[in-house]
Amino acid sequence: MATIEPIVGRYAHLSLGGRAHRIYYEEAGAGIPLLCLHTAGSDGRQWRAVLNDAEILRHWRVIAFDMPWHGKSSPPEGWQCEDYRLTTQSYTSMIMAIARELGLERPVVMGCSIGGRIVLNLALRHARELRALIGLQSAAYVERYYDPSWMDHAEVHGGRAAGGLAYGLMSPLSPEEHKWETAWHYMQGGPGVFSGDLYFYQVEGDIRGRIGAIDTRICPLYMLTGEYDYSASPRDTEAAAAKIPGAKVMIMKGLGHFPMSENPEAFLGYLRPVLDEIRRR
Amino acid sequence: MIERLPELVNGDPAIVRWGREMHETFMLEVGETQYLVTVRAGRIERVEKGPFVMRAWRFAIRAKRECWEQFWRSPPAPGWHDLFALLRRGDVKFEGDQRVLMAYLLYLKLLLQAPRSLSR
Repeated sequence: MATIEPIVGRYAHLSLGGRAHRIYYEEAGAGIPLLCLHTAGSDGRQWRAVLNDAEILRHWRVIAFDMPWHGKSSPPEGWQCEDYRLTTQSYTSMIMAIARELGLERPVVMGCSIGGRIVLNLALRHARELRALIGLQSAAYVERYYDPSWMDHAEVHGGRAAGGLAYGLMSPLSPEEHKWETAWHYMQGGPGVFSGDLYFYQVEGDIRGRIGAIDTRICPLYMLTGEYDYSASPRDTEAAAAKIPGAKVMIMKGLGHFPMSENPEAFLGYLRPVLDEIRRR
Repeated sequence: MIERLPELVNGDPAIVRWGREMHETFMLEVGETQYLVTVRAGRIERVEKGPFVMRAWRFAIRAKRECWEQFWRSPPAPGWHDLFALLRRGDVKFEGDQRVLMAYLLYLKLLLQAPRSLSR
């Protein structure tokens, strides 16, 4: 007999920014809701290890959704006529709408990369509605050091280029099996989606000037960063955390930009104590 | 290191397959030393050592020798482990037709890190 995972996947129909969306999400476990945000150009499969961790599932209802345009969530009707672009406003309202529509009461939100950025804005705008925030590879801003528009170019295979980009962001010490699984998710992204997310990450979503106003007494903030990440590097995370009184920083040895996906076992070793601490507060 | 690229790459089908459609010559600079690397269908056909006079190439990847030495360590230290990690440091420069470089990004990353197997 096949081994069946505890994860259940479903589709939700809801309105985001005034447009009808069909959103795919996966969940497992019961208890405090833990809403997980995937990285730019990828999808919720990055959270497969958290969604399968028996220890976590005993106390937590883990939910990972695919953002619109990503994974098994469709783009909205009329997508063929527009360029996809993520912004601070659209990302924030999407997360809060999904939490509300799925009936998640004061969830913990954990996001990686673009997700690690947006939790900083959630801390500013929605602290009282959230139990805690966990930013993985969290940086207040990453200036452009390459041109992502090449990944949305008719004469460059976007999947191959995105896979090549993601591959290098991982640690040389992470297991090959999980590194290539992570790269595969990137290779499956739709045209213009990765670069549309990076518009938020590298252009519009500069939050450096505002994070000093985050009040971690209302909503605790944890920032966990892999030491091999050069996009949101440990130095970037520490620079952001230095402006946020009470933010708890942890540098994860031997991990890269996609800790939960590139080396699940090592990452869970860092995550479980954080979740225990939040649960016991 | 660079002289041994053909055996390291051509003997590894997991690298060759990502460059199967590539037929290009590119410039690789290790400090002051220039190399022209010619790729045919993902295999390295030849590596020539400069200096060169008026030779054509499609794109160039240039970095200091110390930078490549860090890059080729096994395992490399954080911040030295990937071509784009060097790019973010400002330690590598790309020139020429960057479309081709991006089209074969994964292949080029695997090719350039192949010498790590020699320092294991």
